[in-house]
Amino acid sequence: MSLVLAVEIDGEGAHPAAWRRAAHPPSEPLGPRRVRHVAEIAERAGFTLVTLDDDLLPPGGGGAVGRIGAVERAAFIAASTSVLSVAPVVSTTYTEPFHVSSQLASVDHIAAGRAGWVVAASPRPEVAAAWGRPAADPGQEALDSVRVVRALWDSWEDDAVIRDVATGRYLDRDRLHYIDYTAAGYTVKGPAIVPRSPQGQLVVLAPHGLVPDAEVDIALVGGADLDAVHRAAAATTTPRTFAEIEVALDTAAADGADRVAELDEHAPWAGGGRLRYTGSPQGLVALLADLDAGGGVDGVRLHPLVLDEDLAVLSQFVVPALINSRLAGRPVPGVSLRQTLGLPRPQNRYALPGEPA
Amino acid sequence: MTRTDPADVPRPDAQLHFGVFFQGVNYWTIWSDPASGSQISPESYRRVAQTAERGLFDAFFLGEGLRLREVDGRIHDLDVAGRPDAITQLSALAALTDRIGLVSTTNTTFNEPADLARRLSGLDLLSDGRAGWNVVTTDNAWTGENFRRGGYLDHADRYKRAEQFLNAARAIWDGWPDPVRIRSEQFTVDVTPSLPRSRQGHPVIFQAGDSSDGRDFAARNADVIFSAHGTDFDDALAFAEDIRARLRAAGRPEDDLRILPGASIVIGGTPAEAEEKAAWVRREQITPATALAQAGLLWNLDLSGYDPDGPLPKDDPRPQDTSGAFGAARVADAQSTIRQWREAADANGWSLRETVVNLGQRSRGHVGTPQSLADKFAHFVRNGALDGFNVSPYLVPHGLDDIVNLLVPALQERGVYRTEYTGTTLREHLGLRPRP
Repeated sequence: MSLVLAVEIDGEGAHPAAWRRAAHPPSEPLGPRRVRHVAEIAERAGFTLVTLDDDLLPPGGGGAVGRIGAVERAAFIAASTSVLSVAPVVSTTYTEPFHVSSQLASVDHIAAGRAGWVVAASPRPEVAAAWGRPAADPGQEALDSVRVVRALWDSWEDDAVIRDVATGRYLDRDRLHYIDYTAAGYTVKGPAIVPRSPQGQLVVLAPHGLVPDAEVDIALVGGADLDAVHRAAAATTTPRTFAEIEVALDTAAADGADRVAELDEHAPWAGGGRLRYTGSPQGLVALLADLDAGGGVDGVRLHPLVLDEDLAVLSQFVVPALINSRLAGRPVPGVSLRQTLGLPRPQNRYALPGEPA
Repeated sequence: MTRTDPADVPRPDAQLHFGVFFQGVNYWTIWSDPASGSQISPESYRRVAQTAERGLFDAFFLGEGLRLREVDGRIHDLDVAGRPDAITQLSALAALTDRIGLVSTTNTTFNEPADLARRLSGLDLLSDGRAGWNVVTTDNAWTGENFRRGGYLDHADRYKRAEQFLNAARAIWDGWPDPVRIRSEQFTVDVTPSLPRSRQGHPVIFQAGDSSDGRDFAARNADVIFSAHGTDFDDALAFAEDIRARLRAAGRPEDDLRILPGASIVIGGTPAEAEEKAAWVRREQITPATALAQAGLLWNLDLSGYDPDGPLPKDDPRPQDTSGAFGAARVADAQSTIRQWREAADANGWSLRETVVNLGQRSRGHVGTPQSLADKFAHFVRNGALDGFNVSPYLVPHGLDDIVNLLVPALQERGVYRTEYTGTTLREHLGLRPRP
């Protein structure tokens, strides 16, 4: 077994006060250079996947911390990289599933099959006020949204564009499908306006339990210690399961624990029920070896304390050590994220049996 | 067309601006030719955008349609279709280009201001101040079937919502980092903006409506107006004068808005070669099946069983309604158009298809040599009939090559086209005032 390596690269890092230790001017995260720079570090290091956290409202944490939308950043990163996969966080609570479907399918086209979607919810009432909508039930909305989005991704069969000069038809309308989905509070007709994307269905990641396992490719699980992570992983029925790990590493300048303590003086690092590792890079490699040996976990998503510090240590020490010891694989050019994960390209639900998917 | 002495014209120093409109959905884009590339591959978008940037264009445009077009309840299958989400695709192009503006056509009916203002800001920041927003409206319940709210908006309210939406977006763009409170008939929004203003202040606002309401909306709100008035000089000048009058009425300077009509441009080495190429383009666009479909819209009948190489239908047209075709233009006065078609077909001995080729939807645009077109466009722009063209290539991705390689140098020789980008933002390319 080996682990697929993902890293969350939103903002300045996982700690709400991470921006205080950032090694660049405060305005830089909100421009192209920073977005490209961080993605390039992750790609060169050998990560398979980057995720981009998001919501309509700014992340908070004191100071004027801004955030460009994750879909826009994902498209920009997909066009700037060649082997790295990218999965934006897109909330389901108030967004239009039809738009979400189009945006994510477009990222997969741009990325030539290197795209995923981290399904999220927006439980805070402030988000409802920003949308100008009454508060909605996040669980119900997530379920409907994922089902609508996935149905729309299948609403064009792969070979719907026929370019048949003899009959003058560009499309075969028999290979386009109305989805006619009835959700709790709305309906969606379809078909999509975007042709089926290279992967057919993007790789869908979700915190375990947000939506039923049947709608998810990769469940994200946490836990206070390794045992808890293994128990959580054992409870999933998704094709793949990734462990969520927050990391605060020792750097040349300071120990991880000291860096956490300093930032905690400004804002507490609540975390999200994830496993947290503080210490040396070698210790993290050993932890991941134990995680892998325990079975049931196919990959990890790392949440670096401060990107400018911890992502550097990850790329210089941790990822090379994992790859050299075959605890992790490096993604291969020209291969989709599904292929890297060993997942098949899904059959189209609307294609008749015996027809091409 | 004779060469104009620059001293005799109202705007001797005027410069022509080009945008390119990657259409993605309609009969205009030829798909049957072997040179016709993918409508969805990122490579097609990269190629067109980078060619336009090599030609020092102001902007690259993407359209939007939120439901696949239908005729008589069935998906229209004769034209190119299937395209990416505009802001998403443009965010990718921000990484692959340096200077060209990136303009998204995005609807105010099936979006909400806090979300869309933020997406546009993101594109504007990722491109370092090159974003534009072509503000469009949708009023039909048919499109609404893809969205949470369905067909909630009355036709009469679509520009009202668009204007309130735009005002809300501007408040959000200017609000960072403080909370913004929006109260209007259409919107009750409380949002803390996620993003600061870009290098150009706000995304540049484009508007395309040709109705009186649409023109007034543009005169009050837009930085650039598209139009269909860019082929005939007198028609273009009349439109420009109308817009200038509306600008004065709205209390804005006459030079506060750029007029960029949509255009097709066909270039040949000689006049005869250009004419030959234009005829080829038109025949490729109006395939036999497309000829029957366009005539079918006019007659409001299913003509798919007719012979496109035979005569026009003898049938009387069915009265026009608004229920059958969506996303495709209906003809306002079908009876008189059919009478004109019949007279022309009789006089010229045209078949049904030949009649549509010659008289069907949309004029053929500008056809000529690089020199004749450069003279003509210099005349248009120096006389204040327009500020440039939003070019719709008839082939993707190579349809701009002749314009960039042949026409742009001819325009530069005449002093009506930039020889390098002098600014970095879309607002600067268009010569617009800085956003306060």
